[in-house]
Amino acid sequence: MIEIAKYVRAESLQQAYELNQKKSNAVIGGMLWLKMQRRRVNTAIDLSDLGLNTIEETPEEYRIGAMVTLRQLEQHAGLNELTGGAVRESVRDIVGVQFRNLATVGGSLFGRFGFSDVLTLFMAIGAEVELYQRGIVPVEKFAQMPRERDILVRVIVPKTRQNTVYLSQRNTRTDFPVLTCCVSKTDTEIRCCIGARPMKAVCLRDEKEILQAGITPETAQIFADYIKEHVETGSNLRGSREYRRILAGVLTKRAVLKIAENTGEGERCR
Amino acid sequence: MQIELWINEKKVNADIAPDMLLIDFLRNQGCSSVKRGCETANCGLCTVFMDEKPVLSCSVLAARAAGHRVVTLEGLQEEAQDFGAYIADQGAEQCGFCNPGFMMNAIAMFRENPDPTEEEIREYLAGNLCRCSGYEGQMRGIQSYLAYKREKGERK
Repeated sequence: MIEIAKYVRAESLQQAYELNQKKSNAVIGGMLWLKMQRRRVNTAIDLSDLGLNTIEETPEEYRIGAMVTLRQLEQHAGLNELTGGAVRESVRDIVGVQFRNLATVGGSLFGRFGFSDVLTLFMAIGAEVELYQRGIVPVEKFAQMPRERDILVRVIVPKTRQNTVYLSQRNTRTDFPVLTCCVSKTDTEIRCCIGARPMKAVCLRDEKEILQAGITPETAQIFADYIKEHVETGSNLRGSREYRRILAGVLTKRAVLKIAENTGEGERCR
Repeated sequence: MQIELWINEKKVNADIAPDMLLIDFLRNQGCSSVKRGCETANCGLCTVFMDEKPVLSCSVLAARAAGHRVVTLEGLQEEAQDFGAYIADQGAEQCGFCNPGFMMNAIAMFRENPDPTEEEIREYLAGNLCRCSGYEGQMRGIQSYLAYKREKGERK
């Protein structure tokens, strides 16, 4: 059970940042994960009043405030159009509507949780996070960075033309995923992000140019085998290292074939 | 610390501890429909509306609810009775402990999507656990309530 001595609704990012420099203080985000911990927090820092609960659209990008909920992501027409519904697919099985109305995109990403569907998705679609002190960092890099006492302000999703497919394997609906897989194809590259390994998501690319000449059932299989061979997995109560490795191959192949279907390359895959 | 919020359209002022959870605050205010089922933000029993959105009151600080409008099942008696009769007709629930949270989220669903498909119902209510049933009775109850609503709409 969490204990909180003081609650502050930050009036500015600067105030939130300053308060957060003390180790005993914490930004509470949606508070779902924090609440599960046995911990004493001196000052709970709430970012609710900083206007970070909206998704703004510019000609180049979507700017998602840190306090935007997973439910807002799920229902956002523009983000889902850009990603072919992958945004919705990545969050729809996270507990329930009531949970997703609380869980925030900032909390989900800042935690860089191993189980995170949200981290897998944003890494695959080439998103960046804007940190109050450090500035803008790609999610892929942010995932590997040591924990700093910075404030995640917003997530930036460039409007890059893409074909994205999100898949996950769950032992039961609404449980944490056993494995997540998000493949995104742009005009320049194919990114394949595997999460819940159970370690945090990683991004693999088509370095051997297996899919360069096009997606066919054969190249999809070779690419899936490549991912299966190169992704590092581990065991926990939801699944073994070996099982996850097999899943990584299967989900990658399905995602790649689905992309081919969406782009019209599918004709060759039938 | 001092907070002010609206519970079931009534303005409430209270002095609370900074780590008091909304669920405990609401129960102290007499809203005993709000139940604690799991303590891991998974069961949906503590569902209330905050600014018209269903949320888990076990995971919201009462301090964060300050300035917002909270509605519990106590504030939705008419809607709840109407729909609850259809759930009762099916004998859907046994112990009934999950009922208030289920009613709240089902009402949220009807408001958001008045004519959901079976798949949409299952998805919307996936965060409401019932350990007595297999959800079949609840599904039948929802379907017959929706049929009644459709019929009522057509008659108008």
